[in-house]
Amino acid sequence: MNWSWILPPSFSTVSGDIDGIYMVILWITGITFFITEGLLFYFIFKYRHKEGRKATYDHGSTKMEIAWTMIPLVIVLWIGALSKGVWDTVKVDVPPAGLEIIVTGKQFEWTVTYPGPDGALGTSDDFETLNELHAPEDQAVVITLRSEDVIHSFFLPEMRIKQDAVPGQDITVWFEAIQPGDYTIGCAELCGIGHTTMNGTLTVYTAADFEAWSSSQAQQQQP
Amino acid sequence: MSERLGELRNTALLVSVFVIAGCGGGDGGGGDAGAADAAPAESPVDAATAGNVAGIVTFSGTTPMMAEINMGSEATCASKHSTTPTEEGFVGGENGGLANVFVYVKEGLESLSFPTPTAAVVLNQDGCMYRPHVLGVQVGQDITIRNSDGLLHNINASPTENRGFNVSQPVNMETNRSFPVAEVMVPVRCDVHGWMNSYIGVVDHPYFAVSGSDGSVSLDGLPPGDYVIEAWHEQLGTMTSNVTVTTGGTTEISFEFTEVMAGSPVPMGEPIDLLHPDGHQAVDH
Amino acid sequence: MSTIEQEMVRTAEGGHHDHHELPFIRKYIFATDHKMIAKQFMFVSLFFLVIGGLLATMMRWQLGFPNQPMPGGMLLPDAMMAPTPNGAIMLPEFYNSLLTMHGTIMIFFAIMPLLVGLFGNLLIPLQIGAEDMAFPRLNMISFWLAVPAGILMLASFAVEGGAAGAGWTSYAPLSASGEWTGVYLGQQLWLVSLTILGFSSLVGAVNYISTVINMRAPGMTWFRLPLSTWALFITAILILLAIPILAGALIMLLFDQTIGTGFFRPEVGGEPLLWQHLFWFFGHPEVYILILPAMGIASEVLSNRARKPIFGYHSMVLALIGIGFLGWIVWGHHMFMSGMNPLLGTSFMISTMAIAVPSAIKTFNWLATVWKGDLHLDSPMLYALAFVSMFIIGGLSGIFMASTPVDIYIHDTYFIVAHIHYVLFGGSLFAIFAGITFWYPKMFGRMMNERINKIHFAFTFVLYNLVFWPMHNLGLQGMMRRIYDFTQYEYLAPLQPMNQFISICVFLLVATQALYAFSFFWSMFRGEKAGNNPWDSNTLEWTVPSPPPHGNFPEMPVVYRGPYEYSSPESEKDFYPQTQPPSKPPVQELIPEPVTPTPEGF
Repeated sequence: MNWSWILPPSFSTVSGDIDGIYMVILWITGITFFITEGLLFYFIFKYRHKEGRKATYDHGSTKMEIAWTMIPLVIVLWIGALSKGVWDTVKVDVPPAGLEIIVTGKQFEWTVTYPGPDGALGTSDDFETLNELHAPEDQAVVITLRSEDVIHSFFLPEMRIKQDAVPGQDITVWFEAIQPGDYTIGCAELCGIGHTTMNGTLTVYTAADFEAWSSSQAQQQQP
Repeated sequence: MSERLGELRNTALLVSVFVIAGCGGGDGGGGDAGAADAAPAESPVDAATAGNVAGIVTFSGTTPMMAEINMGSEATCASKHSTTPTEEGFVGGENGGLANVFVYVKEGLESLSFPTPTAAVVLNQDGCMYRPHVLGVQVGQDITIRNSDGLLHNINASPTENRGFNVSQPVNMETNRSFPVAEVMVPVRCDVHGWMNSYIGVVDHPYFAVSGSDGSVSLDGLPPGDYVIEAWHEQLGTMTSNVTVTTGGTTEISFEFTEVMAGSPVPMGEPIDLLHPDGHQAVDH
Repeated sequence: MSTIEQEMVRTAEGGHHDHHELPFIRKYIFATDHKMIAKQFMFVSLFFLVIGGLLATMMRWQLGFPNQPMPGGMLLPDAMMAPTPNGAIMLPEFYNSLLTMHGTIMIFFAIMPLLVGLFGNLLIPLQIGAEDMAFPRLNMISFWLAVPAGILMLASFAVEGGAAGAGWTSYAPLSASGEWTGVYLGQQLWLVSLTILGFSSLVGAVNYISTVINMRAPGMTWFRLPLSTWALFITAILILLAIPILAGALIMLLFDQTIGTGFFRPEVGGEPLLWQHLFWFFGHPEVYILILPAMGIASEVLSNRARKPIFGYHSMVLALIGIGFLGWIVWGHHMFMSGMNPLLGTSFMISTMAIAVPSAIKTFNWLATVWKGDLHLDSPMLYALAFVSMFIIGGLSGIFMASTPVDIYIHDTYFIVAHIHYVLFGGSLFAIFAGITFWYPKMFGRMMNERINKIHFAFTFVLYNLVFWPMHNLGLQGMMRRIYDFTQYEYLAPLQPMNQFISICVFLLVATQALYAFSFFWSMFRGEKAGNNPWDSNTLEWTVPSPPPHGNFPEMPVVYRGPYEYSSPESEKDFYPQTQPPSKPPVQELIPEPVTPTPEGF
């Protein structure tokens, strides 16, 4: 049983930043946790009723109120500012694509459409895989995310990527993997009876291996 | 207002809330099987006077290629197939015979009614494929949906005249369902395995058949008379043929589907209205 | 102002307050006395709390022992459990219904009516010195609307297709058409039930707001109101403004399902995100509805049991108002991954970060209230202290998900489930235990069984943390929510032992609640008889008999001070009731003698 609050390893260009913000928050909330809970338990012990004990008649302290309003406010806003940069990197500033693909979610599978040898989507040499995403490392994979029926959520845990797929919308989500390997694709939004089976595999290759895979797929799926 | 009257008023208000709430939960779907029409008396068919219809369903033209099914995401099922399975939208046709055509008596049995068979028809999920691909069943007859794969399937039936259902089977198990309204055809699919689909034809008499790989069909034990027989194919649409059944004789019937019909609109969920002989136009959706 | 209003109310209701015995049906069934209505809400809500707990127990069976036959499963119909030779296995569609109905029932039929229906009704008139709510018959209607809503919700389990299965958040398009779930009537019943319940809450809110504004006893100024009344008042305003949006959204979704409209269905031009915006615009104030009264109750119990004034009363009120106000502009934090414009993500992140502050203020004030107090650690106090302790955890975990990039990873995982349950169970439910125990003598004239309560507290506190703390870890490992069989994911298979551990603790936790139930019923008949003021409290409800008579106060109470004058030097005892006339004039600042110049010079 893994009781660790350290996040499992991650393998994309942004995941380090995301995990970093997480650690900042973990430190701040962790210290706050130990101080406040510690004080609470200490007070319970120290001030428990004993014969002759009298409580202090104290209505409050404006100074303390200001202090424990301003300090938390500054801290949380600072966390917010820190977070904004990473958020913009992930969701707003989409880099130029090394590979453009379409991922379509439907009950209960992910269909991935690749551009094929001509490098353009929407042409006759596009090919598809089912519940598998193959991608080269060190290239920005820019995905147009779609859904055919209900809301699904495209989740790549090891890449720290998650984006809801909304029917009726094309949503852009991207990632850049930094290490070849087999990773997980999941659906993170309840989408019906088979939600639990909507898993897939993300396979990251070196650039050369990806080329090889891509051409062999294109050949196989030629009509 | 006096206290007593006020009490009565409050009680009446609250009772009506309950009643309205109760009524609101009533049957909304089209589940009543022709309840308004008086059913004709059940009339056992006299075997001595009965006749048969038999024939072949053929296809002429270039047989379309069916795509291979990629079962990579379900290894358990993939291993059950020695050769890669293909989609089943168009099966057969090489020697002319067209499989998976649902053939049934469309008109001519209006004055008769038939008992619902007690035996069930089986729709099996094996190797992540529906077996059979096209199934015929009588109104009210049990369909035993069987999971032989031991992994999660769901059975999502979307008829238009009947109430649909969407149930799951996570393990080897059986679920029974039936349809109270005649309907040709009810599409059934599995959402966990998107390539799985099948069609169920629901008729209120026993005179239906699904053509085999050689295209042959036979409808046995029909009372003598004139009938309209319809053949339905999931990609090629429908064809009808008029036949006359004679006592003790076997009337020949043939349906020739052609390439031209491919992609024609296929009627789904058309109720068969035996009480109105002029019936429905097959392709006017 | 309040005196005159009070007089008018007394006269108008004059016929209602004859001293004849009310017939059984008017006293216990169609009651208009706020104290009886409070008890009605309490019994019905506790029933639904048990149902909600049973639903969770079944869910935890599937999660702890995936795809294994469930004990007792054969008793349930085939639509829920698949019969196999070894027993009955849960079907995924039933699991989805369980998680939907667990959330719905706990939030709408347990916590909300306990906090707002029970404590709102019980406390508001008594604490402000009124004889009843402003509109007693409207109060009755509020309860009697909730009952058919509850019946419809339970009935939805029995219809074809089963109960709603799209989550308590009911996202469209999954919830907009039965073709996606196989649930038709069940989803519609869910919508109708909640709409009716919404009306119940709305009329209740109108009543509470009118009562607090108009019916305070003389001397009961706004800043002499107990914090529990303040919290309930702010909550009522939130209900008044938020529930209509929910009702509108529910009706739109019902139309989409039944008459073919296209509000949320993209295939006919609708927008699924509209549902989320409408739902969460209600939904976020809703979660503050679920915690604010709990905070009020905690303040009440902590101050009394510590024999010490609430630290920073004015700040506490401002914090309540702050939470109530800020709660309207944070809803998008439920939608960071939804596909809404990411720039909105940033603005909602900032407002969400800001709303952590008033909650932090309250927490520090609670800590400071306990500091240098004289802590009587009886069961209400233990529950209230546990509330503070668990609320700290729930609040701190919220900061993780408020940060949009971190939320990318933890959204829709068990980290969120842990957060929800730390604030709703660790927070609201422990406060409810504190409140029921504390005001039990006022409701039933007897004290609850202290020893059983303490045992219940100890087991519940420990088991509760063993259940929900590890859910943080599950979420951090990437386990998604609402997932019938997580072992389908290879990277989640190692989490099976932890899930099993949690499930076993859940079974024990649910069983432990029998202790509180026993104490609750046993004490009604065998509990130590309680006088007017067993807790030596200051607020007005403790000046009248336990339980109070119809009409509450034999004479109009007059209020002289705030509610938290514990251990005051002006009182011989360690409490100083609000209605006790001052024994000596207020302490004057020593005024220096004026200096008069003497003729002799300086």
